[in-house]
Amino acid sequence: MEPLTWTGSLSGLNLIFQLALGLLILGIIVQILISLVPSADSRAVNADGTLSANTGISGFVGTLVNWFFFAVVGIILIYVILGIFMGTGAGIIGGMSRQFLPTWIALIVTFALSITYKRKLGLYGKLFDSTVGMIGFAIVMFWVFTGVLGGIFDLIVTHDSLSQASGMKNKLPGTPLRGAEEGEYAWYLLGGDNLARDVFSRLVKGSWVVVLIAPLATLFAFMVGITLGLPAGYYGGKLDTILSFVANLILAFPVILLFFLLVTPEIVLTGIPNYMAAVLFVFPLIFVAVLLNSRYYTQPSFRTPLLAVVLGVMAWAYLSMISNDGTIIDNASYTIPGLPTFLDWIPMPSEILVVFVSVVFVNSPTVFRIVRGLALDIKTRDYVAAAQTRGEGPWYIMLWEILPNARGPLIVDFCLRIGYTTILLGTLGFFGLGLESESPDWGSTINAGRRLLSLYPHAAIAPALSLLTLVLGLNLLADGLREESLRD
Amino acid sequence: MGLFILRRLGVMLLTALCLTFIVFWLTNLYPNLEKLAKTQGNFRMSDEAVASFLEDRGYLQPTWDKFGEWLGVRPGYVTEREDGETFGRCFSSSTPEEERRTFCGVLQGDWGFSTVFKDNVGSLVAERLGKTGFLMMWVLILMVPSALIVGVLAGMREGSKLDRSLSTFSIATTATPEYVSGVIFIALLASSNYGLSPLLTQWGLLGSEGALFGEGRTLFLGSATKAMDDATFWNFFLPVLTISLYGMGYIARMTRASMTEVMTAQYIRTARLKGVKFSDIVLKHALRNALIAPFTVIMLQIPWLLNGVVIVETLFNYKGFGWLLVQAAGNNDIELLLAVSVVSVAVVLLTQLISDIGYVYLNPRIRIS
Repeated sequence: MEPLTWTGSLSGLNLIFQLALGLLILGIIVQILISLVPSADSRAVNADGTLSANTGISGFVGTLVNWFFFAVVGIILIYVILGIFMGTGAGIIGGMSRQFLPTWIALIVTFALSITYKRKLGLYGKLFDSTVGMIGFAIVMFWVFTGVLGGIFDLIVTHDSLSQASGMKNKLPGTPLRGAEEGEYAWYLLGGDNLARDVFSRLVKGSWVVVLIAPLATLFAFMVGITLGLPAGYYGGKLDTILSFVANLILAFPVILLFFLLVTPEIVLTGIPNYMAAVLFVFPLIFVAVLLNSRYYTQPSFRTPLLAVVLGVMAWAYLSMISNDGTIIDNASYTIPGLPTFLDWIPMPSEILVVFVSVVFVNSPTVFRIVRGLALDIKTRDYVAAAQTRGEGPWYIMLWEILPNARGPLIVDFCLRIGYTTILLGTLGFFGLGLESESPDWGSTINAGRRLLSLYPHAAIAPALSLLTLVLGLNLLADGLREESLRD
Repeated sequence: MGLFILRRLGVMLLTALCLTFIVFWLTNLYPNLEKLAKTQGNFRMSDEAVASFLEDRGYLQPTWDKFGEWLGVRPGYVTEREDGETFGRCFSSSTPEEERRTFCGVLQGDWGFSTVFKDNVGSLVAERLGKTGFLMMWVLILMVPSALIVGVLAGMREGSKLDRSLSTFSIATTATPEYVSGVIFIALLASSNYGLSPLLTQWGLLGSEGALFGEGRTLFLGSATKAMDDATFWNFFLPVLTISLYGMGYIARMTRASMTEVMTAQYIRTARLKGVKFSDIVLKHALRNALIAPFTVIMLQIPWLLNGVVIVETLFNYKGFGWLLVQAAGNNDIELLLAVSVVSVAVVLLTQLISDIGYVYLNPRIRIS
């Protein structure tokens, strides 16, 4: 079989695409240069008294740039859409586009539903009024769907992410699989890595690791930060001084040094990450318990069963997260028994637990500082004084008066922080810390690929670009959200 | 002001002490010590042999005692073997009796001995720090002016095309961690088979005598090992660019935000109405006030650059401070790792202090309560 080219039978379009892209870049450069020169617009007074300005040369270039932009986007869409129908007939891009079909469908359904009902969806719906926000959301959801569909349902991947094929070591993108059997995908779409595994499948599988860990770890960091930051800001005094000192202590640590100290096999042996997990994972429980209790403590007949059910489920989840093979801590000198294996419904391998804990630990002090600052600001507002006069308890005021009013900046920061967490996870992988070396996550793959970077760059470039787009998408999403939440 | 600085210095010292102790404690946990003993001795040591190896070298004392010895506030341990050989923290068995010191710690200027490099930690760290200082200097020279220019250009006309393209650029750079941009740069600019270099060679602009982009096979060199002794644009630009790019976006965004705020101020409007030239408004009226906030951000960015330095030095094989950190941490070289952490923590705390003082100094509206 012939090796695939990037665009296959659509290669006739390549010249047009390159031309349009080149002209677009040229146009943008010209546009920037023109904007540096002060423009002398000629203005004319019309008969009806209105003014009309000549857009001049910058307007002309602007129109051209717009057209070239649409041309470039249009041709990319042609590659992708025709690729869905033609598959590998349209080259590597076509083949990938066909493989991503489940993701495309999920994306289109999400967008169709969201745009139809956007007026009823609050801040989420408003996101669809901002172009930047929509682009960011599309990129993020692309990777989320890819992660879920490819990671759990095995839909998108072409090969097993760990199996090695003979003769495929460091092969270029589009190389046909030697001796492909019936029913097996006949190409390595993005080539093979240095252990002859399929780069494309590892990319998809790796997105699941990122999509799973990054938001969850950020959520936990927010729980810790909110639970500690609200009282620190609201009460102030000694509590604030102590908590702020500890937060600054952790922040003064260079992140990489902290990772190198925490995420080593020797430290895992001592069980320190498990202790940290046991402490850090308690915070969601405390948060929810206080949240519900402060709201419903006047109706004990409702509150008690509610708390019992919610906390029961959460405590179960908590115990299954921190225990592994029936023990919470199992080191050479002693063992602390945990949840028995048959009740343990969240499989949390110890190396993932370590990565998770260290990322939460690094992120929470920053969240703490943000929440504390917001609480300091909001506690002087009139509605807080009104609640105090009404005789509401301090925790009610913190969680039901201050927190909802701080949600705008917190949601924006949440998006940015997921991106930052993704970068941190990649950093861990890049140094080969935490996750095992055959793990398909992007950081580890970049680490594995960088040794042969100047000879076979594709194995490292593919995950690098994926990480770049995901973080970029999260940043754009945060920008869109900020724009829309400021508009209220 | 004096009291403020004094109080900040006190908190700083306390923080540094706490952090050093945490590092000390983590590196002195038993599994770490066991690994150290096995790499120093041999890998098939029995548990008893490991214990006696550690006992002899004072590793099995309580952590506080060891920490005191390292700091130099407690006399160093002295081990007397059964065969009469005496050695301790501060001297070996061959040191004459009268030259044996009791205290040897950080306070005495003795940073200890690296088990990996078999060298004095103090001189080792100083040497590598010099290499990284050189790298950081070029990073700052490239990063700060370009970030400020990008920020000011984007912020002077909010919402213009220039603003939008520059803002997109800064968002893209903040979304590109060093290990991603480094990989892309190497593949694009420093590979002889891929990216720009083969294209330029084909066009005759590279790789031949008197070619426009030099005589090398690639546009840039993907390894900065040679740059440690003899840095040229060819072998040193990529690491510098990689670190600068990630920090640049953030500073540029802050500068832009501060610039747009200043440009809407009353006195700028007055200046415009007076008929001052736009370039004069930007350079003489707006710029000075707009640069107060970025100063703080630049200072606070330096600790973040430290992360970038570790990644980039590993990626480009530039054997500086970051590379030393990776080696020390990877091999649990306790005293080297402690020295490295003391230096990096000091960098973080000092930049925080400078940014606080500088902010007060630059902005007359801020008075300390």
